[in-house]
Parts: sequence; structure tokens; C-alpha cells
Amino acid sequence: MVMKKLFLPLLVLLSLVSLSSQAAIDAYQFDDPEKEALYKKLVKELRCTVCQNQDIGDSNAGLAQDLRRKTYEMVSAGKDEDFVLDYMAQRYGDFVLYRPRLQSNTLLLWIGPFIILIVAVFLLLKFIRRSEDEIPLSETDREAAEQLLERDE
Amino acid sequence: MKRYLIPLAVFIVLVILLAAGLKNDPKYIPSPFIGKPAPEFDLPLLHQPQQQLKKADLMGQVWLLNVWASWCVSCRAEHEVVKRFVAMNIAPVYGLNYKDNPDDAKGWLNALGNPYKSSLMDIKGDVGIDWGVYGVPETFVIDKKGIVRYKQVGPLTNAIVDEKILPLLQTLNAEAD
Repeated sequence: MVMKKLFLPLLVLLSLVSLSSQAAIDAYQFDDPEKEALYKKLVKELRCTVCQNQDIGDSNAGLAQDLRRKTYEMVSAGKDEDFVLDYMAQRYGDFVLYRPRLQSNTLLLWIGPFIILIVAVFLLLKFIRRSEDEIPLSETDREAAEQLLERDE
Repeated sequence: MKRYLIPLAVFIVLVILLAAGLKNDPKYIPSPFIGKPAPEFDLPLLHQPQQQLKKADLMGQVWLLNVWASWCVSCRAEHEVVKRFVAMNIAPVYGLNYKDNPDDAKGWLNALGNPYKSSLMDIKGDVGIDWGVYGVPETFVIDKKGIVRYKQVGPLTNAIVDEKILPLLQTLNAEAD
């Protein structure tokens, strides 16, 4: 009952929260729609280090604004995606990349799921094969089982 | 028996890993600068804006860079720690006055005391970005060859100075130029 009463206010509250997180707006002008698309892609790929579960495009933190400005400056100057990502990772560490790169310390992260999948398929096949191999009940066993079941009834 | 033990063992391992994960501080981000050359800078001084200081001017000595701002509340608490450290006269501390108003910054130092050899003005915060600053105050220890050897994110405390920075400075000061 209490839950029901709380539900509507909570819903309203949550919708406000999600609205406020969309509030970061800068007026950056691009001479080229491709650069604009790259900028929009990059600010979604970079994590804000102050507000860790937001990308820099979504955050109002001062640092996120500065990093957006930096990203804008680099993109307008014609730098490509890798240049900007390298620039950020050199300063703030791999942590700022929402999509970890394939390198020695992230190898397990990338191939781990495939290893788990292979192991799971292997175990599943083994399990299926074992249940197929099961020896069928002999006639005497079946009778014994039926007798036991009848006794229960 | 074995078939019950395996899920139990998996469960226990999982609990241990998750419990260890809880102890990690999610705010802590390992700095990519440790062991690497300190980023370049060339900035005007807070008290003599016509004068610039750059990284090359500080080579050959062990020094600390303390990132601060007058708007930063925890810098106020840290300031006493910085003053105590500077009074020991072991290594100079340079300030990086990060995204601040110069007048506010000077007023702040007048009111609280100025332990810095000098403070560099980084009004736009560009040098802060080059140094990977994300949580003011931050403190870097730079060795004689200009390599970053330690980074503290968040305020210094007397305990951190005594247990981490002083022993580190002892080894760094003993290193050859």
C-alpha cells in the first residue's frame, strides 16, 4: 500500500532527474557536418572523471566543459578520432575511454566472454552426451520402481 | 559430494572477489603520468604576471606541484599541511592556481599565508588538462630529471606527507642529477 502511494511521486522525481542530465548544451559551430558528427561521437565515448557514470557530453561539471572545448578545438583543427582519444588517454588514463582498447591489459576483458562461451558449450555437450549414454532401466528395476510408487499411493 | 562442493567453492571465490572489490575506491584513477616526464608548461606567475615559468626552469631539483584554487574548499584544509611541509625546507612547492580569478587567488594567499615558491596562473585550465587534473587539490612530486614520481588526488594530510612524501623525497634527493 505504501509502495503504491510512493510510486507516482517517485516516477515524477525520476523523470526530473533524467531531464536534468540532458541539460549540458554548448553552442559550438562546425564548418563541416562530418566534424560535427565526429565531435558528437567523441563526447559520448569519453568518460567524465569527476562524475564517473556520465560521458563528457552529458555532464555539466567544469572539467567536462573544458574537455568538450578541447575536443571541439581538436576536431575543428581537423584531428581524427584516434588523435583525440589518445590525447585524453595520455592525460587521464585508459579509464576515460568508455570503450576499452584491445591491448595487453585488456585482453582478458575482450576475449574472456568467448572463453566462457567455449567452456559453457563444452560442458553442455558433455552433459548432453552423458545423459544419452545412460543405461536404460532394466525390466526388473522398472517393476521394483512401480511397486515403490504404488506403495506410496 | 563433489557436485555440491564445486558450486560452493565457486560461490566462496565469488564472495571473496566481490568483497575485495568493495574495498576499492571508485574515485581513485591511476595516473598515467607516474614514471613519465612531467607535461610541459609555460605560464605567467600569479604575483608577477609579466614573468613566465616553464618546466625547463625547474630541472635539476626535486620539486612539488600543488594544484589549488581559492574556490576549492578542501584546499583550505590542505593549506596548513602545505605550510607545515614547506617549513621543513626539504623541497620547494610550486602552486598551480587552477581556473581561478587572480585577485581572489591573491586575497586567499594573503589571508591564509603563502607557502609557495611561486604560483602559476592557469586561468583557462589548459595546463590542468595536460597534467590530467580532475579533483583539486592535487599534488605531484617531480624528480631532478623532470619525471613525475608521485601523485596525490585530493587534499594532502600530515599522515600522507610523513608516510609517503617524506620517504620518497629522501630517495629522490639522493639520486644523481
